[in-house]
Amino acid sequence: MSKDVAVLGVGMHPWGKWGQSFVGYGVKAARDALKDAGVEWKDIQLVAGGDTMRNGYPGYVAGATFAQALGWSGAKVSSSYGACATGAQAIGVARAHILAGLCEVALVIGADAAPKGFFAPTGGRRPEDPDWLRFHIQGITNPTYFGLYARRRMDAYGATPQDFAAVKVKNSRHGLHNRNARYRKEVALEDVMSSVLVADPLHLLDICATSDGAAALVLSSMDFARKHTTDPVKIAAVSTVTPVYPNDIIEMPNLATDSKAGVGMPDVGFKESIAHDAYEEAGLGPEDMSLAEVYDLSTALELDWYEQIGLCPPGDAEKLLRGGDTRLGGRVPGNPSGGLGCFGEAVPAQAIAQVCELTWQLRGQAEGRQVAGAKAGITVNQGLFGHGSSVICTV
Amino acid sequence: MPDKTKTPAVEGLFTMDPREPRLLGTRCRACGTYFFPAEKTFCRNPACDEADLEEVPLSRTGKVWSYTSANYKPPPPFVAKEPFEPFAIAAVELEEEGITILGQVADGIGVDALNTGMPMELVLRELYEDDEHVYFTWNWKPTNDGSAA
Repeated sequence: MSKDVAVLGVGMHPWGKWGQSFVGYGVKAARDALKDAGVEWKDIQLVAGGDTMRNGYPGYVAGATFAQALGWSGAKVSSSYGACATGAQAIGVARAHILAGLCEVALVIGADAAPKGFFAPTGGRRPEDPDWLRFHIQGITNPTYFGLYARRRMDAYGATPQDFAAVKVKNSRHGLHNRNARYRKEVALEDVMSSVLVADPLHLLDICATSDGAAALVLSSMDFARKHTTDPVKIAAVSTVTPVYPNDIIEMPNLATDSKAGVGMPDVGFKESIAHDAYEEAGLGPEDMSLAEVYDLSTALELDWYEQIGLCPPGDAEKLLRGGDTRLGGRVPGNPSGGLGCFGEAVPAQAIAQVCELTWQLRGQAEGRQVAGAKAGITVNQGLFGHGSSVICTV
Repeated sequence: MPDKTKTPAVEGLFTMDPREPRLLGTRCRACGTYFFPAEKTFCRNPACDEADLEEVPLSRTGKVWSYTSANYKPPPPFVAKEPFEPFAIAAVELEEEGITILGQVADGIGVDALNTGMPMELVLRELYEDDEHVYFTWNWKPTNDGSAA
């Protein structure tokens, strides 16, 4: 049985700080995706919502919140959460329903209204919650982890802060003409290097902002799609893997790694396993990818991803970047959308937005940032507490 | 004014021995895997079926895996001193336990004084106080003699 599902429609609410409810953003993105698909809301059989943690109870039941706002239609509903990987969870639910024959057409929606500055845990004293504990007892924020990983690249591979800054420069150019991006301004190397240090060696412009935004997809069976369109973009794989014990990399939001004392290490590390699983499922490899949307929470993390998704061997990411391979026009452009550097993070929307970008690229509709002749693309992302997220799309 | 009581900011994570504090973890009696913070119910090694976990103090010394800094004041539930002073953070690998643990770096020691592989030891430091208590946490500090022994 083919594991393909069709991406019939995509939609977004532009990223920014708009001061409105996440619900309105999600509905706007959903309406755009329905229109793009040529499918009516009343015909959607499943609404798969990506939850948000910072918008009260409606955020925890996002699928129903969006269904109500679009007008109750009796559709099946699902709401899921996987931190930054939330969107992949929602896509996974919709795809599984379609592949199992439980529905033909589904609407996937993720939206957020984000606070300014650092993400922080919700209130109350909760020593059992690793997210609460790391903030309270050590003052460890998300950029702490980004800084630790960046320093590892410098020590292990001779990366420099200028290499990290060059990722931002590249992504700022990619996002210049993306009307859904929040930051559409060219950034120079000196701008990054002279921005304030946040988590040594990373500067403010090395680290992504938090944004409002929304993204939506209409997914369907291939049979359903053929009645609506010819040659739709297909989702060939969705990876939502967890780590294999023991994970010896310190991961958000933990204060400690697993112990290696009693057990041998797995063959493939967690971050490498995320894309590996997607490639296996799609029957494709890194050499088949025309582009990659990777989760650049920090500039240095984008370089880690190049290696973890197999674009180059460990330690070669700086070479790939400096050689222009991951620029628009290069061998395999990284973040042609502009990435998180141009968007800022709207947590439950982000993994869905990555698939919107693949879809536009594979349709040849990525205005001002088109990867010529794009045939296949991969997204990769990771949510705290052990959520892998990778999607491969093909035409 | 009576002395304030010295208290860990969160109970059960470390001893309050002012000279040789230790982090408190657990160790599986069957497979020897360590956990920090302590895992008290079941061993998390998927190849192990054990529910017998003993509380153990962890090694006081280890080597820097990586390090960074917090140049901006972390949000609550961190209780920041005013005015805020940036601090360094180190991830320190404990050899025997095969585990890497995060902590602030002590005494205002900045990233310029740190290196990957540098030997570090565990110390206690005041985190914040109220009318009756001074609350402590653990910090990592470069060892005086330059050895990780």
